[in-house]
Amino acid sequence: MNRRTLFSRMAFSVGAALLGAAFALPLIWFVFAPFNAQADLDLAMPKPPTLTNFARVFANRAAVGALLNSLLQAFGTVLLVATTATLAAYALARTALRGKRVIEYVLLLFSSVVSGSAAMVPIFLIVNALGLIDTQVAVILVFTGGLLPTAMFILRDFIASIPRGYEESALVAGASPWRAFVDVVVPVLRPGVTIAAVWAFVQVWGGFLIPFVLLRSEQRMPASVEIYSFYSQAGTPIVPLLAAYSVLYSLPVIALYWYVNRKYGFRFFGGIKS
Amino acid sequence: MASIQLDKIGKSYGAIDTIREIDLAIGDGEFVCLLGPSGCGKTTTLRMIAGLEQPTRGGIRIGGRDVTHAQPKDRNIGMVFQDYALYPHMTIADNIAYPLKVRGVAADARRAQAREVADVLHIADLLDRLPAQISGGQQQRTSLARALVHPADAFLFDEPLSNLDARMRVEARAFLYHLQRSRGMTAVYVTHDQAEAMALSTRIAVMCAGDIVQYAPPLEIYRRPATTFVAGFVGDPPMNLIAAQATRTQAGIALRAGGLEMAPIASWPALDLALERGDRITVGVRPEHLRIAAGDGNRLRGKLFANEAMGPESLVTLCLDDGVRITARVFGDAPVRIDGDAVFAFDAARVTLFDAQGNRIDGQN
Repeated sequence: MNRRTLFSRMAFSVGAALLGAAFALPLIWFVFAPFNAQADLDLAMPKPPTLTNFARVFANRAAVGALLNSLLQAFGTVLLVATTATLAAYALARTALRGKRVIEYVLLLFSSVVSGSAAMVPIFLIVNALGLIDTQVAVILVFTGGLLPTAMFILRDFIASIPRGYEESALVAGASPWRAFVDVVVPVLRPGVTIAAVWAFVQVWGGFLIPFVLLRSEQRMPASVEIYSFYSQAGTPIVPLLAAYSVLYSLPVIALYWYVNRKYGFRFFGGIKS
Repeated sequence: MASIQLDKIGKSYGAIDTIREIDLAIGDGEFVCLLGPSGCGKTTTLRMIAGLEQPTRGGIRIGGRDVTHAQPKDRNIGMVFQDYALYPHMTIADNIAYPLKVRGVAADARRAQAREVADVLHIADLLDRLPAQISGGQQQRTSLARALVHPADAFLFDEPLSNLDARMRVEARAFLYHLQRSRGMTAVYVTHDQAEAMALSTRIAVMCAGDIVQYAPPLEIYRRPATTFVAGFVGDPPMNLIAAQATRTQAGIALRAGGLEMAPIASWPALDLALERGDRITVGVRPEHLRIAAGDGNRLRGKLFANEAMGPESLVTLCLDDGVRITARVFGDAPVRIDGDAVFAFDAARVTLFDAQGNRIDGQN
């Protein structure tokens, strides 16, 4: 190895290490800070490691309630999105509807509008007219509307990869179309539905604007909004509590990814082999 | 079991007629093959019987009952698909028992009946496996078991053997034959393999471009093909077809083509009629009716093109002057001399003639 390549290798390694460190530092902070009673925005080993931060967070009823609200909104939306998107995607994938592609394209286009901030005023007006302001139902419905088209898109490709012969053999075996769908399509489609569901869950879990605008009372707010209660009146974060709450807040998402990865792995996106 | 009637069935996609107009009467306990090249409409016809496609025109009756617009589930049929279409998430037992499950049969009875059918098909030891864990031949039998587990009025087969290797295919073919004949099942079987159709059918419906060209028992199809299409499709190798020019001479009708030496033949009414429509006559001879011989008589003269020894027989191909290839099935050894001159002899009585439109000229033999 000559001097020149040696030098360029060293430069590359140093550069890569610096870049890696830039991404790793916040994560390392995120591991240490929650267990440090005096945590601030600097990176520091907790001396000694303690659970007082968590104790104080759990003592805060609103903060704990917010996590439950988040779960309610996320599961409500996931249930609605998974059910309706599966049915709609099945219809889209299996019927010879005229102008199908246009419908799909328009739906996908609108989905980014519905969940985007541009539509917040009309959405607020609609929800207000329905008398649903400050209800979880409103949050779930608006989230569902925004996520449905993309979920349909994800599922449509999964359904398209299922051989029609599966349903047809069920039909000639004596099943009604609905029965064939439930007995044969849904079980085969499960990995696809899981993908769509996890994706929807993460979207709702991190969603801020929709619950922030549509909800009024603090006891209905999800964690993504409630996290701001760990700021002082002056607007400065109470770092030790914020860190502990952040850990709790990210646990369900981590658990979900772990579960999906263990069950299916993240490589099955290409569809199902028959 | 039941009979099946197709009355003037047609299927169009937009302006394109996939099936023009088909009449087909399948008797109770018959095994009918729909035979034809890909795209001839045989699978579409089968799917219309199953109710997976709706005919554009015409009617379908199973056991005398009009099922033209009935859902597949209301037709009481069993069907075997080309790719087997086994449910990947169910065990072999659950796959086989599925038709019973949708009919509300209790779990114990389902299990018992599935085992019974699996026993017949020699897959009883696989009942707890998943489809992905068994071989192609076993999947094929599972799919057959699923069709058989419930007493259907008719059984439909969509090229069920085409995904098997050659040896398995012959084995499965004989098994299917035995099963159908011993149970008296009414079966409709789609295939592009003429050997399968010959071996299994009580009658074959040869299809071409959305029409049934000939519907007859296998040996009738073989001996008296209705058109040049049937003649060239059925048989392995198929019938040799030589395009000839017919002229009337004092000795009779003379047929002339490059390499063909044939004594003038005495005419008969049907041939006279055919000659009025055109003098292009196709001469058809089956490979087994040709023999390697010198001497006089009816002969085909050309260069030896190939000599394939198959064991009990040899397939000898010669190339006529105008490039047409003629194959003879010769029992025993045949002289091997590539590009050497070779002569095939045949009896005029063994010849089948087709008119200018390709239809068989009747009444000769």
